[in-house]
Amino acid sequence: MAQNEKTNGKVHPAKKTRVETTINGETVEFLCEPRQSMLEVLRDVLELTGSKEGCLTGDCGACSVIIDGRTVCSCLMFGVEAEGKNITTVEGLAEGAKLHPLQQKFLEDASLQCGICTPGFLISAKALLDRNPNPTEAEIRYALAGNLCRCTGYDKIVHAVLDAAKVMQAGG
Amino acid sequence: MAESTNGNGNYRVIGTRPIRHDGVDKVTGRAKYGADYAFPGMLFGKVLRSPHAHANIKSINFDKALKMPGVKAIVTAADLPEAEDSTQQVGEAAMNPRYLSMNILAHDKVLYDGHAIAAVAATSIHIAEEAVRLIEVEYEVLPPVMTVDDAMKKNAAILLPKLRNKEEGDHPTNTASHLQFKRGDVAAGLQAADFVVEREFNTAMVHQGYIEPHNAVGLYNSDGHGTIYCSTQGAFDVRSMCAQVLGLSVGMIKVVPAEIGGGFGGKTTIYLEPLSLMLAKKTGHPVKLVMTRGEVLRASGPTSGSKIKIKMGCTRDGKITGAEVWMAYEAGAFPGSPVGAGAMCVLAPYNIDNFQIDGYDVVVNRPKTAAYRAPGATNAAMAGETVIDELAEKCGLDPIEFRVANACKEGSAQIVGPPYKRIGFIETVEAIKNSPHYKSELKGANRGRGMAAGFWFNAGMQSSATVNIQTDGTASVITGSADIGGSRASMAMITAEVLGMEVTDVRPTVADTDSVGHTDVTGGSRTTFATGMAVYNAAQDALKQLKERAAKTWEKKPEDVKFEDGKFSAEGDGIKPMTVKQLAGRLARTGGPVTGRAQVSTGGIGVGPAFAATCVDVEVDPDTGKVQILRCTVAQDAGKAIHPSYVEGQMQGGTSQGLGWALNEEYFYDAKGTLRNSGLLDYRMPTCLDLPMIETAIVEIPNPIHPLGVRGVGEVSIVPPPAAVANAIYRATGVRMTELPMSPPRLLKAMLENRRAHDLQAAAAD
Amino acid sequence: MQEISYEVPTTVAEAVTMLKHHGAKARAFVGGTDLLIQLRAGVAFGHSEEFRGAEPKQRPEFIVDLKHIKELRQIKFDANKGLRLGAAVSCIEIHESEVMRKHYPGLTEAAHLIGSLQIQNRASVGGNLCNGSPAADSTPALIALGAKALIGDGNTSREVAVEEFVLSPGRTVLKPGEILVEFLIPAPKPHSSDSYLRFIPRNEMDIAVVGVGTSLTLEGDVVKAARIALGAVGPTPIFASKASESLLGKTLDEAAIREAARIAIETATPIDDMRGTAEFRKHITGVLTGRTLKIAAERARNKQ
Repeated sequence: MAQNEKTNGKVHPAKKTRVETTINGETVEFLCEPRQSMLEVLRDVLELTGSKEGCLTGDCGACSVIIDGRTVCSCLMFGVEAEGKNITTVEGLAEGAKLHPLQQKFLEDASLQCGICTPGFLISAKALLDRNPNPTEAEIRYALAGNLCRCTGYDKIVHAVLDAAKVMQAGG
Repeated sequence: MAESTNGNGNYRVIGTRPIRHDGVDKVTGRAKYGADYAFPGMLFGKVLRSPHAHANIKSINFDKALKMPGVKAIVTAADLPEAEDSTQQVGEAAMNPRYLSMNILAHDKVLYDGHAIAAVAATSIHIAEEAVRLIEVEYEVLPPVMTVDDAMKKNAAILLPKLRNKEEGDHPTNTASHLQFKRGDVAAGLQAADFVVEREFNTAMVHQGYIEPHNAVGLYNSDGHGTIYCSTQGAFDVRSMCAQVLGLSVGMIKVVPAEIGGGFGGKTTIYLEPLSLMLAKKTGHPVKLVMTRGEVLRASGPTSGSKIKIKMGCTRDGKITGAEVWMAYEAGAFPGSPVGAGAMCVLAPYNIDNFQIDGYDVVVNRPKTAAYRAPGATNAAMAGETVIDELAEKCGLDPIEFRVANACKEGSAQIVGPPYKRIGFIETVEAIKNSPHYKSELKGANRGRGMAAGFWFNAGMQSSATVNIQTDGTASVITGSADIGGSRASMAMITAEVLGMEVTDVRPTVADTDSVGHTDVTGGSRTTFATGMAVYNAAQDALKQLKERAAKTWEKKPEDVKFEDGKFSAEGDGIKPMTVKQLAGRLARTGGPVTGRAQVSTGGIGVGPAFAATCVDVEVDPDTGKVQILRCTVAQDAGKAIHPSYVEGQMQGGTSQGLGWALNEEYFYDAKGTLRNSGLLDYRMPTCLDLPMIETAIVEIPNPIHPLGVRGVGEVSIVPPPAAVANAIYRATGVRMTELPMSPPRLLKAMLENRRAHDLQAAAAD
Repeated sequence: MQEISYEVPTTVAEAVTMLKHHGAKARAFVGGTDLLIQLRAGVAFGHSEEFRGAEPKQRPEFIVDLKHIKELRQIKFDANKGLRLGAAVSCIEIHESEVMRKHYPGLTEAAHLIGSLQIQNRASVGGNLCNGSPAADSTPALIALGAKALIGDGNTSREVAVEEFVLSPGRTVLKPGEILVEFLIPAPKPHSSDSYLRFIPRNEMDIAVVGVGTSLTLEGDVVKAARIALGAVGPTPIFASKASESLLGKTLDEAAIREAARIAIETATPIDDMRGTAEFRKHITGVLTGRTLKIAAERARNKQ
């Protein structure tokens, strides 16, 4: 990052800048323009297309990622803000071939139809269970209210989160 | 085992709930949707869209935009060939090529806020966006015509100067067509009634609301061949429509259907696809175009808002004697609303001897409407099913009993077409009657329960399928049906059932237009029905060939070979039964690879009529008009549920869309015809917190014309919910709502007026 | 969006220098939940319905990220001096703060209503105010508490009552080179509490159609102090002073609440838009005034 002599603060000029961050447990460095959102960086620069673009206004949650333990709409964050952060995307939920219990339950409970909202839901659900391992249906619905699904009516999604919570509590 | 079957067999795979084959890719983010594709040297496209609802285009100047560094090409309607002004059949729908071309890129007029005028290709999406802002267009703004009332007025501004209808002769008009269905003598029928209910309904325009915006990546070879990767419900329709618009032959275009993030009918037409090829051709690079959410709402096809006037009468013991319906549907900028379907659905579940239904297809300065899950039927049911509820109440009858007493059965006449074959309407409404929900007591103030029914024809049309037997005894099944809701799993299940395999041994693929035979759109609730039939037949074809190979091995005749419990056998010494796996190892020696294939043409609409019924409990805040859905149950006749989880999924999904349609979804246009809510903040779809669990009851009355008894399941569940909610609101508040959506400002206003009227009555009575 | 530069000051002085240097070409931000939408839409502010008709501003070329300035991230509570709430504290941090939940439940619940969890993890109450929307959820709650905005320009600071901060949709009292540093909120008195309610058509994710924040101090059942503030029913958030005064010295019974609600309705100046008619909004203003007064009173009675 350049130093702006006049202002003393750090400056990312309009041209491409280098950012170093951690994504799914691995150190990643990339170049991006300040005007590129985190979602653009993930999809177009890093080719991590699991996070989806649904609205670009933070109303659908399809672009949700976890930043330092919190879910965030990556479409409403600049890519340059990733510097020094710890980021989890849907690509980082499984451990190698071993699916996360949420992923497994989404499959078993038929909680996806077209699947476009699924990465966002998995992220929001994971963040929920990491904080609240035994949520009620109401708590799940609140935590997932920022993720829109048009195919399922949410019923089987909520069931999958309840089922995954049971598995994770039992040590699975 | 798989030989016979009319839905009542004992299946090994069908009816179970295996994990879908594309599932792991979708939960890990690996699945490739249209916007996920990237190619070397790819450019990004953006579309310039009209800010005016109705205007003549005087000039377009894109010099400045073209000079911007990074901009590689710009296209307008001037780059399109002349299009024919006629009606042609493309897939499910009738289409006028000239209108289609005009919708892709405006010719000399813009007809709605968001109408595409030009497309730019540049090295980054941001440059393309900035370039679009530099394109200068001179407009002559015309008065916007936004409602059917305005459009049908005597001196209304005319959208399409050449549009004519039979009744108005050579007079310019905004009414594209008028259709009518009649039976008996409706005046006499209404005269004979003891109770008559007459109501006028206004339903707002709503959008399918798929979470994935439209996208297309176009590649063009110097030999004239183009390839399009896109999110679509019908790759073959994209191909033929693009060929039509671009003046190419169908064989010059290959369409690869990407995974699709929702469609619900809205992705059965084209918007960006021809633009991607035009720009790819002009630049010599692949070009990706993706709509923003704002573009999706402004410029892709929502479904019609409508005005419906209905008058229905019945005897005091609950027999409907006559019905009169007048419906005008918004077609959007070009003709083609689903008013015809609406007219055929509004009374479809009921035996009525006297009716007249008039439907009008009316153009207005809104985006051209596209199909939305049982197009036209939900609007119609809002009218029909609430009026029936009123009549039932006047007769003192339970709403389900009233419907059963008037129900269509096998042999009953349809509104149009041959009599119904075996249908499950009565069983479906009775499934609600017998549900734990309906049997439970609803306690508490401001609460009410309502139910409604719905009908959809379900279509048949064409599908192709191939089943390849692999050398290790597994199989692949190839179809051309875009998988919106898990259908490829059902195709694998059908294949596995026929061939005695495990479902995990069958690999389903959704193929591009070069790799599989013609297949019509995934829509019309036809996929499991028609493509399922094609897959069934293709698997049977493969099985027939395998029998021949077994026969050859044993030196027997094919008709002497049996296939039972997954094994081939024949009478004779030393003949040991063989599994498909064992036989597969011998294919090369017995004649080569085995590929089963089939193509079906299963007829038009009405091949597996389906009914749904929905019951809803609501609580209404008396001071704000806000409605909470407390409990919801949907029953639907699936004929035969191949994969019950995904059938439930269709039922729950359609229901939740119907609930959104009932409560808060609508298009807001201002006086200038600008769409005010072009985002998901103010186009309000239900969130997880707005809905309860949705209980389901799958009814299985086998479809007599399908080998497995399948009826389509994808659509009909969206039809009853608005009427069910309206009926529930009535019981909670005493107010009959006749507008959709029943949003808090409307409901509160109606409740306050109702209270005032009651207070006046009470005061007068004193 | 057009090209922008991104700058990260670590002190108020640095931030102010950057903003002064770039003038109208610069825009400060914290959560980005309004800014990024506006940049992408090619507008300087106000993508949303409530900004319709407001005069457009210049599209920014410099974005100044205030999240790395310590003073803006603090929650400092003193039982006597009151609360200093940093402008860049996120809504979720407010929700999770024991101090906030205990002493300022109305403001806390207002912050927790802003959008989804994804939005709350980024958005801040300071940003919510500086966006200048009449429908901002946290603003009526702040006004009800008598909060003041502390504005710094690198040398001096000034205090502005939150009800005077927004001048018109999208425009605030901030001059070029000034930033909102923190909110100063009076210490809670005994037997006082606050409440915030909003009306939205769904259960989450909507912008307030009407928002009402109230705070009450009771002595037994008599109102010693009251502040009622209204959101989304005028061009700016409104401090309903007349409605508030109507309660002073009265027993908080149905009649008093009805009267306060009636005056609040008169104070509101809503318009018809796609989120609600003026008539509807006026009615809801009355309803929510009544409901928040009851909740604040219940909370106040339960506190020592």
